[in-house]
Amino acid sequence: MRRYGWFLAAGLVVCLALAGVVSVFASSSPDGLEHAALQGCTVDEDGEIVGGTCMAQAERDHDLADSVFADYGVRGLDNEALGTGLAGLVGVLITFAVGGGLFWLVRRRSSPAVGAGRGDGDAAPPA
Amino acid sequence: MDGFALHVADGVIETPVAALFAALAVAVLGICLVRGRRELDDRLAPMAGLVAAFVFAAQMLNFPVLPGVSGHLVGGALAAVLVGPWVAALCVAVVLIVQALVFADGGLTALGINITNMALVSTLVAAAVVAVLLRLLPRTTAGLAVSVFLASVASVVAAALAFVLEYWIGGGVELATGLGTVAATMAGVHVLIGIGEGLISAVTVLTVARVRPDLVYALRGARPAAAPVPATGGAA
Repeated sequence: MRRYGWFLAAGLVVCLALAGVVSVFASSSPDGLEHAALQGCTVDEDGEIVGGTCMAQAERDHDLADSVFADYGVRGLDNEALGTGLAGLVGVLITFAVGGGLFWLVRRRSSPAVGAGRGDGDAAPPA
Repeated sequence: MDGFALHVADGVIETPVAALFAALAVAVLGICLVRGRRELDDRLAPMAGLVAAFVFAAQMLNFPVLPGVSGHLVGGALAAVLVGPWVAALCVAVVLIVQALVFADGGLTALGINITNMALVSTLVAAAVVAVLLRLLPRTTAGLAVSVFLASVASVVAAALAFVLEYWIGGGVELATGLGTVAATMAGVHVLIGIGEGLISAVTVLTVARVRPDLVYALRGARPAAAPVPATGGAA
């Protein structure tokens, strides 16, 4: 169990490095869906749709577009790279907390398998 | 414009259709929760949290696939191989919910659409492909790598085509060029994105398999030489 703790810690550090540092160097080009969404429309230099029909025309702004971490930045922070990195760190921690917390809450409490090297404290089911 | 690859914004799919897919997503996630609970123990639960965090991190890393076009990992295949399809669907759903609520990525009314495509379709397709390939290919590192790679490509293309289907049912704008052009673009671009996804997923799975092979769900069936049941793979 102790080695597993180290594995989890190392994994989390990798996630934080990817979201907090590597993310700054990610491509900012439109992605596959955004690209397809503009197909059929004429777009001017500012990226505004000026003619044609395409999927993006029906797109609405996000309801939470003004929130603190909207679009993976930090509201009020001018340094875009720093904002992306901070948003990434926050996102990894929130996702790990929410996901890990949820899975921990709903997990099976007693392990019926007398599996090898499973050092749980409450391994013995009463039945 | 906000949103990352395959994250559908509000309005693109008409709201009633989006609501229908939200209901579908809730129902299927409920099934995943019931089935996933049976597998989630003290060891899998933290691993699943880590997988969710990794998928979130990897989704921030857009890589170029064509001049002016990028893509990023969806993560359904990676998660399905590491923690099994039921828990994997829940992992990706958690990521999508955090993205929509905290990072304004992926519309709130489109959340059901996004969960359907990226959390359900992608993990389901990946789990099926991996289950078949792991039985056909030799149980070697190369066999595992190829299985994960191909499952990733299939899962991303399937998710992209699921979006095309949804647009066909309830797209917000009637396209003058017809849906065929969009379908071809979506499929083509997502094959390229799938290749990137496949490489990232294969490297990640091989790394975990080398350090802690016991934590790779798709490799679990290998050990208990129980019965020649051909249909385990994750349906257990």
